[in-house]
Amino acid sequence: MDKFTTLSGIAAPMPLINIDTDMIIPKQFLKTIKRSGLGVNLFDEMRYDGEGKEIPDFVLNKPQYRDSQIIVAGDNFGCGSSREHAPWALLDFGIRAVISTSYADIFYNNCFKNGILPITLPKEQVDILMDDAEKGANARIEVDLEAQTVTSSDGQVFSFEIDSHKKHCLLNGLDDIGLTLEKAASIDAFEASANASRPWV
Amino acid sequence: MAKTLYDKIWDAHLAHEAEDGTCLLYIDRHLVHEVTSPQAFEGLRMAGRSVRAPDKTIAVPDHNVPTTLDRANAATMTEDSRIQVEALDKNAKDFGIHYYPVTDVRQGIVHIVGPEQGWTLPGMTVVCGDSHTATHGAFGALAHGIGTSEVEHVLATQTLIQTKSKNMKVEITGKLRPGVTAKDITLSVIGRTGTAGGTGYVIEYCGEAIRDLSMEGRMTVCNMAIEGGARAGIIAPDETTFEYCMGRPHAPKGAEWEAALAWWKTLYSDDDAHWDEIITIKGEDIAPVVTWGTSPEDVLPITANVPAAEDFTGGKVGAAKRSLEYMDLTPGTPLSEVKIDTVFIGSCTNGRIEDLRAAAAILKGKKIAEGMRAMAVPGSGLVRAQAEEEGIAQIFIDAGFEWRLAGCSMCLAMNPDQLQPGERCAATSNRNFEGRQGRGGRTHLMSPAMAAAAAVTGKLTDVREMM
Repeated sequence: MDKFTTLSGIAAPMPLINIDTDMIIPKQFLKTIKRSGLGVNLFDEMRYDGEGKEIPDFVLNKPQYRDSQIIVAGDNFGCGSSREHAPWALLDFGIRAVISTSYADIFYNNCFKNGILPITLPKEQVDILMDDAEKGANARIEVDLEAQTVTSSDGQVFSFEIDSHKKHCLLNGLDDIGLTLEKAASIDAFEASANASRPWV
Repeated sequence: MAKTLYDKIWDAHLAHEAEDGTCLLYIDRHLVHEVTSPQAFEGLRMAGRSVRAPDKTIAVPDHNVPTTLDRANAATMTEDSRIQVEALDKNAKDFGIHYYPVTDVRQGIVHIVGPEQGWTLPGMTVVCGDSHTATHGAFGALAHGIGTSEVEHVLATQTLIQTKSKNMKVEITGKLRPGVTAKDITLSVIGRTGTAGGTGYVIEYCGEAIRDLSMEGRMTVCNMAIEGGARAGIIAPDETTFEYCMGRPHAPKGAEWEAALAWWKTLYSDDDAHWDEIITIKGEDIAPVVTWGTSPEDVLPITANVPAAEDFTGGKVGAAKRSLEYMDLTPGTPLSEVKIDTVFIGSCTNGRIEDLRAAAAILKGKKIAEGMRAMAVPGSGLVRAQAEEEGIAQIFIDAGFEWRLAGCSMCLAMNPDQLQPGERCAATSNRNFEGRQGRGGRTHLMSPAMAAAAAVTGKLTDVREMM
């Protein structure tokens, strides 16, 4: 997993609430056995018409947003299925951070496994950054994970909260499994005790 | 200290707690299907890791598999679907996990197979790379969906890195009125809380109306906890639960059954447990409902009219406008006048025997409307066999339904069962998102009895008029 430290990038505004994982990556693209290559199908049914042609009005098809690294979105981003193909598609497109008031639980966790930072801010601040993102390529938004801040293009600084373990893993690009296996002795001991008290499991 | 049911299961599975509060939760059952697992197994191979507890890991293909009778013929699958199913075949064999291949009569939707085979039991932690894992909460198990990286983590370590959720109690008091089902309960709760209302919570459903439900009904309720944003839905186990579990192939037997039962009977929320949120709904206030929009929170009684975007506030105004346009609905139209052309009865939400019985009770002696395409897709091979034995299958067939083999089918349309653009479907599944059942397809969620009624009349219908 790539580290996430700081990011200065173009932010695409997506003010719609409840953007679900079927929108982010429709099911026909889940038939892959790889993690890569999904970026071209990110938001597929919003981005392309029935013939596969780009829909010019869709934000990521506009020239100023084609290189977006951040999405500013409405409430409850990533609701729906557990498909990790959603963060895989975002990452493959080049998105490294999402800014919203709230996220669906599973999507939120999935982001951290893939070096994507989902930032939660109060509505007033998301609204300011949404306006900022509307300005297009001239308005770069800056993210500093260590400092836990987002800075708008005109220098307003907003602080965000994040779980310390998730932050540590993201800053250092750490593999969860490797970290957990360091605690194998605890797992062994728990398992032995659980097997004794609940042998039917 | 007084504990909720969730607190008790959490405490019983806490394998490690770090100084920063990061917890490792031990996982009792890991269910696996073909869509969200290939990358996880590949990750294990690349790191030279094995599956830590293959005896606690159960795999079944369900999302991609065709539901037509000729599916044993590989040509019925697209190449990419076939590759995914074959990858699961190989991974199950290579890593030595329990497996129900497409050819096994026990094959079906992973969330129907788990309980049916007795893999899911009270007090367990159950995970699967699928958001509808919440289904298993009906047994008083802590069950939730995980992403593929977490699938790999559980395969390798049999644990999951977790932070504890808050506790929400959803109480449904009193009795349900005739024609009102578990599906109407769970949709009504989401209509009340919204799709993000449960975010950060584990929801315990309780109250007389929940107690009165069968295990099938309880699974329907918990299945959609995720549509309300909750990490999990859970119902305390009781005699109904124990009776369902007893004698299942992987349920404990003899002295182990007695020991298990003794522990299961301690699995309830203490009277003075702390709740971060409490929602109470009177059972008698719940009506048969349908969804009108493209979010599971867009719920209204069948007797209501299509709303207008202006009826909402905040970000929902824009979302409702988009939904109404996508669904091609005019505000003010009675929902009972909305014509449909497709009916889908099945899915992990409503693909169990009781669901098929409820639909068949409406369909008996009737025909589906002219031009209607109607599919009944049992949730497992065993549900299908039981429905055939009970004569239910024949009722569906006589009414004009296609009687299919088990799988996820048109719930998410990864197999050939899809809506065409503009088609409008009465569905017993769980999501009405844009494109969910096929690009441009329009989905109205409802109970099996309501879907059966709609199949007969050709429009959204109040099932109470046909009872």
